[in-house]
Amino acid sequence: MPPQPLVTARRLRKVYGKPGAREFTAVDGIDFEVRRGEAFGLLGANGAGKSSTMRMIACVSPVSGGDLTILGRDAATDGPAIRARLGVVPQDDTVDTELTVRENLLIYGRYFGLSKVEVRRRAAELLEFARLTEKADESVGALSGGMRRRLTIARALVNSPDIVLLDEPTTGLDPQARHLLWERLFQLKREGVTLLLTTHYMDEAEQLCDRLVVMDSGRIVAEGAPAELISRYTTREVVELRLTDGDRATYGDELRSLVARFEDLADRLLLYTDDGEDVLSRAHATGARPITALVRRSTLEDVFLTLTGRSLVD
Amino acid sequence: MTAAVDLPTPTLSGRPPARSGGARAMVLRNVMIYRHTWPLLAAEVFEPVLYLVSFGIGIGALVGHVPGTAGTGEGAVRYPQFVAPALLATAAMNGAMNETTFNMFGKLRTDRTYESILTTPMTVWDVALGETCWALLRGALVTAGFLLVVLALGLVGSAWALLVLPSALLIGFAFASLGLLVVTLLRNWQDFQLIQLVMLPMFLFATTFYPLGVYPRPVQLLVECLPLYQSIELLRQPFLGQVGPALLVPAAYLLVFGTASLAVALRRLETTLRG
Ligand SMILES: Nc1ncnc2c1ncn2[C@@H]1O[C@H](COP(=O)(O)OP(=O)(O)OP(=O)(O)O)[C@@H](O)[C@H]1O
Ligand SMILES: [Mg+2]
Repeated sequence: MPPQPLVTARRLRKVYGKPGAREFTAVDGIDFEVRRGEAFGLLGANGAGKSSTMRMIACVSPVSGGDLTILGRDAATDGPAIRARLGVVPQDDTVDTELTVRENLLIYGRYFGLSKVEVRRRAAELLEFARLTEKADESVGALSGGMRRRLTIARALVNSPDIVLLDEPTTGLDPQARHLLWERLFQLKREGVTLLLTTHYMDEAEQLCDRLVVMDSGRIVAEGAPAELISRYTTREVVELRLTDGDRATYGDELRSLVARFEDLADRLLLYTDDGEDVLSRAHATGARPITALVRRSTLEDVFLTLTGRSLVD
Repeated sequence: MTAAVDLPTPTLSGRPPARSGGARAMVLRNVMIYRHTWPLLAAEVFEPVLYLVSFGIGIGALVGHVPGTAGTGEGAVRYPQFVAPALLATAAMNGAMNETTFNMFGKLRTDRTYESILTTPMTVWDVALGETCWALLRGALVTAGFLLVVLALGLVGSAWALLVLPSALLIGFAFASLGLLVVTLLRNWQDFQLIQLVMLPMFLFATTFYPLGVYPRPVQLLVECLPLYQSIELLRQPFLGQVGPALLVPAAYLLVFGTASLAVALRRLETTLRG
C-alpha cells in the first residue's frame, strides 16, 4: 500500500467576498498531493492564488469548496489539531513587534502549550539555527529584513512541525541571505521535515523543489519534477537576442522562421531549440546585429512562459 | 520519492490531543510586554489621583459633607470619601477598556499580531478570553494602586472597602468585554473620538461628583442604566460601610452586561480574524 499523502486537495476552491456581486474566485478547483519528506512548490505570478492556497492549508482561512485533508484530518473541522503539527511562514513577516527576538520564540512556543523549560531550550537552539543569538535580546525593530525573515522561520519551527509552509521565503533578501536560507531549508529536509513553499524565483524552485505545480489564475496548469517539466514543455536550449528596434522590425520575421517556438518579449527575443549554437550562427547569417546574444539551458521560467504566455516576474 | 515508502506516515490519530497555550498564553504575552512598560500602569494610577486631589479635596473644602447621604454632623459622608469610590470605579473601567480598545486595535489592524497567533493551535476564543482576562487584571491592578493612595490619604473609613478589589475585577470584566465588542466596530483611529464622545459624558454624569438625587426622576432612570453608574454603586456602598443585598443589583447588572458583550464580540471577532 502506498503511503498516505500528508496533504491531499480535491477540487479545492477559495472564494472571497459576499456571494453574488463582489464574489471573487482566487482558487478554482485544484487537485494535488504532498508526500512525506518532499519539498513541494507552488509556482505562479502575482495573484495566481498561491497564498490563498497556503492559507487554507495552514487552516487560517476557511475552505470555500472541495476537500482538504492534512495529516489525515479534515482542514474544515480539525484546524487546531492540524495547526499543532504545522510550522507557518506567512508571506509578510508578522513577528511580534512589542517583544524582543528571544521573547518572540518563547511566547510562540507557549501558544503551542509547550512548557517553560521546553521553550527555553527550543529558543536557544533556534536562535543558533537562525544565526540570531547575538541579537537575542534586541527588539525586533532593530532587525534587518533578512534577519526578520529568519526569525519568522525559526519561530515556525518551535513546535518541531511535521510540515513547514513557506510563502515566498526569500522574497526581498539579498543573494547571500537567500543562500543561507536555502541551506537551512535543505537541513530541515534532511531531518525529514516536509516542505511546502511558494516562490517567484525559478532558480529557487529548481534548487529546492522535488515536485511542483504551476498555478495560473487559480488553476493548476502543470505538475511534475522541475527537470520533467522542462523536458515536457520546452526545448533543451534557448537563444536570447537583444536587438535594436530597427533590427527587430527588419529581421523579426526571418528570425522567427528559424525555430519552431519563439517568444517576443518587451526587451528580448527567445528562440527555442535543441541546438543553440546552430540557431545562433543562422541568426547571425540573416544579417541581424544583436546588441547581446547568448545561448542558455531552458529553465522553469521558459516553462512558465510557454504555459501562460507571460513572464513570471512582472 | 522512494525514500517515503518505508517511513510510517504520520497522521494525527495516534497522537495525544492538540495542546494549545490557551487564554493563559495570551496573558503571558501581556505580562512579558508589561515587564518592559510597567511605568504606563503607574501613569494610569496618577490620573485618578489628580481628580481626587483637585475635585475631592479642593472642591471638598467648599462642600464639606455631602447632602442627602447621612445628614450632617458626625456620621455624614465627607466629599472626598464620596468621590474616591467613583474614581476607583472609573480607574477599573478605563484600565480594562483601554486595553481592549486602544491596545487591541493596533494588534488587530496595524501589527496583525493575532494573525500570527492564529496560525498556532490557539483559537479566536483563546485570544479573546486571554485579552479580556489580562484587561480586567490590569484594571484591578490600577484600582489596587489607587486604593493604596486613597488609604494613605486617610479616606478609607470601613474595612468593607476591601470589597473594592473583587468588585474592580467584575467592573474590569464588564468593560473589557465592552471594549472587545467596540474594537470590532472601529474602522480607523479617528473612530476613537466617538468613544471619547460617549465615555466623557458618562464619566461626568454617572454620579461621580454628586449624588443621584440631584437629577429629576426621568433623568435618574436614564443615569441608572449606565454601566459606570452601576459600577460606582458597586464600589461606593461598601466603601462607605453600607453592605447589603442591594449590592446584588449592580453585580448582576455588570455580569450580564459583560457576558452579553463578550458573546457578541466573539462572534464578530471570529469573522474579522478568520477571513
Ligand atoms: N482577503 C482577500 N479578499 C479578497 N480578495 C483576495 C483576498 N486575498 C487575496 N485576494 C485575491 O485573490 C487573488 C489571489 O491572491 P493570492 O494572494 O492568493 O495570490 P498569490 O499567488 O499569493 O500572489 P502574490 O505572488 O502576489 O503573493 C488575488 O487576485 C487577490 O486580489
Ligand atoms: Mg502570495
